[in-house]
Amino acid sequence: MARPSPARESTASASTGWRIAQVAIVLSLVGLFAWLASNTAQNLHSRGIMVGFDFLWRGARFPIAESLLPYDPTDSFGWAFVVGLGNTLYITLLVIVLSTALGVVVGVARRSSHPFASGLSAVFVDTCRNMPIVVQLLFWYAVVAFGLPDTDHASHPLPGVWFTDRGLYFPRLHLDGPLLPGVFVLVVGLGWAWTVRRRDQRRRTETGRSPHAGRKIVAGTLVAAVLVAATTGLRPSLEYATLGRFNYMGGVTLTPEFVAILVGLTVYSTAFAAEIIRGGLDAVPRGQWEAARAIGLSEHQTLRLIVLPQAMRLIIPPMTSQYINIMKNSTLALVVGYPELNFITATTINQTGQALEGVGILMAIFLAISLGASWLMNLYNQKLGLVTR
Amino acid sequence: MSRRTRKLLIGAFLALAAPLAGCGGSETTGGAQGEASDGKTLAAIKARGYIRCGASQGTVGFGAPDDKGYWRGLDVETCRAIAAAVFGDKNKARFIPLTGQQRLTALQTGEIDVLPRTTTWTLLRDANGVNFTYPNFYDYTGFMLRKDKGVRRVQDMTGASVCIQTGSMPEVTFADVSRKYDLKLRPVVFDSVPATRQAFFGGRCDALITDASALASIRATQAQNPEDYVIIPANDEVTALAPSVRHGDDQWFDIVKFAFHAMLMAEQLGINQANVDEMRQSRDPIVQRFLGVEPGNGKALGLSEDFAYNIVKQLGNYGEMYDRNVGKDSPLKIERGMNRLQRDGGLMVPIGFY
Repeated sequence: MARPSPARESTASASTGWRIAQVAIVLSLVGLFAWLASNTAQNLHSRGIMVGFDFLWRGARFPIAESLLPYDPTDSFGWAFVVGLGNTLYITLLVIVLSTALGVVVGVARRSSHPFASGLSAVFVDTCRNMPIVVQLLFWYAVVAFGLPDTDHASHPLPGVWFTDRGLYFPRLHLDGPLLPGVFVLVVGLGWAWTVRRRDQRRRTETGRSPHAGRKIVAGTLVAAVLVAATTGLRPSLEYATLGRFNYMGGVTLTPEFVAILVGLTVYSTAFAAEIIRGGLDAVPRGQWEAARAIGLSEHQTLRLIVLPQAMRLIIPPMTSQYINIMKNSTLALVVGYPELNFITATTINQTGQALEGVGILMAIFLAISLGASWLMNLYNQKLGLVTR
Repeated sequence: MSRRTRKLLIGAFLALAAPLAGCGGSETTGGAQGEASDGKTLAAIKARGYIRCGASQGTVGFGAPDDKGYWRGLDVETCRAIAAAVFGDKNKARFIPLTGQQRLTALQTGEIDVLPRTTTWTLLRDANGVNFTYPNFYDYTGFMLRKDKGVRRVQDMTGASVCIQTGSMPEVTFADVSRKYDLKLRPVVFDSVPATRQAFFGGRCDALITDASALASIRATQAQNPEDYVIIPANDEVTALAPSVRHGDDQWFDIVKFAFHAMLMAEQLGINQANVDEMRQSRDPIVQRFLGVEPGNGKALGLSEDFAYNIVKQLGNYGEMYDRNVGKDSPLKIERGMNRLQRDGGLMVPIGFY
């Protein structure tokens, strides 16, 4: 990095020039925006277009096909936006969880010494990463909406489960009976499982033997469930979907639109997540693996206790932008008809003509969430960072 | 969820959108009505050499390019009539395909000069930056279903899935009908017209909702066997599909209005494409004024005196245009019904050309 001093001087004098150029650029940008804003205001005025956010309180009147939050066409445009945002966050969170879990599997598999595992995951990553997401969404939508049988010839793989071109129908779980005592017993059971796990961990540190805590917890949960049923009379029951005149009614329905966006976005994002995770793992020096092996850790333990914690520092920053990408990509649900925020905004703009306001709200919301998410991930990253003394 | 919680959540949502608050405000700008029109649209069109018309993404009968790429349809000819009036040449019009969502914005921003694109005339649209001229087609909202579902009226449709295109008035009608009869209809909403239709014919929905005229068009051109489908009215409302222009140029507003009324008036007066030259010799002063033999009308609009003659000569009267595009001489075969002249029991009223 040692630079000869004449070069330094020229950098210094150039930097004065640069500073002037910077100021000029900033000023012209500000000027450009001011000019655009005044033009817009003038155009809106001369064309008699109403500006403002009053419409948010008017009745929306249009239907929303499916939503996490309750919605009725009598609700306001403002509430429709909230409902759309709810759907966006819902699909984003689901895809984040699924694609991270699958991404770890694929990423680790790609580093595997087993040629089948590494080959298959390489093909998966290359295929899914290199095809436009819109094409993939349309593909999955076609698979579900046109590839599955109609309701009269529904595929019936399991009792209570029907796959049709109208969606995937599952039984809905109902709990009948006193709910509160049931929850109480469940909480006590879980608390007990947690203490068992703590005790086992302590024992492992002391004796070096690893007791099978997982099995104990599963057994404990089962015992707790039986106890709940026996002592409180709380009984689970299943509500099956039944075929009406046009559609299956009742039960839990996953619409083709939801399945297409969930599967399409998850597959696409998994490919990216897998590469990020593989990159992170590769960046941990080989010596770490060898050292872990030397002290007798198994391959699995090495990965979990030695390599992953170090890889996480490299994985988190690109993963943050990947998560934000997932949310931004969710706006493509428009092409398969899943009503997320972008879709609701498009509908609202059309019903009200308030294009500027609608697009502005959309932009502001996405900006706010993206900045918020990257702020949170930065905090987490700092916590994980190397502590240097 | 209680109203209060909702208000809170909407408030939180708006707080997220806070950067916008600065550019918001809720004042309503009044538009430029009342000022003398300066005819800037007409001048711009004349300088450009053609009219830019908003068109659909392909609704046969109303607006779609044929196999040679020439645009045809009732809405398309409504625009060609304006070109004939302004330039004396029906082909000096270009068509810009727009989605349901883009169309009003395209008009408001000046991307197009006039929007004749099966657009329902409603108060909120009219109040927001555009002026509707006069309906060129009266329609109703309908459901199309397969005949074998045995549905005769809306009340039979409980639990049905309905494919809807977003940003359309039928979207609202759908919700209203479902609520009115407690039908628990399930919406399947798409952004584009082709996706909506494909989903319907692919079996994703039991019914397709849109303007009955568009349904007739879809049935005639996209169903494997048109006989397998029925169209039932969704409600008893009449919807007026009307071309619109942007606020702020009254002269252009008038030209668009009277280019269409020329076709209605021609039918009223018994003038058609075949006899228009002959009718120029007519001794009837109303016909003379209409065809510009007796001058005045053209000058008042800022057009040549023979603008109505050019329209009829090149496109015929409204009845001819109707039959050719959507009526008995077309695959759509929509009854003339409400779209007859008032004289014949319909809703079309030609405005006086004097």
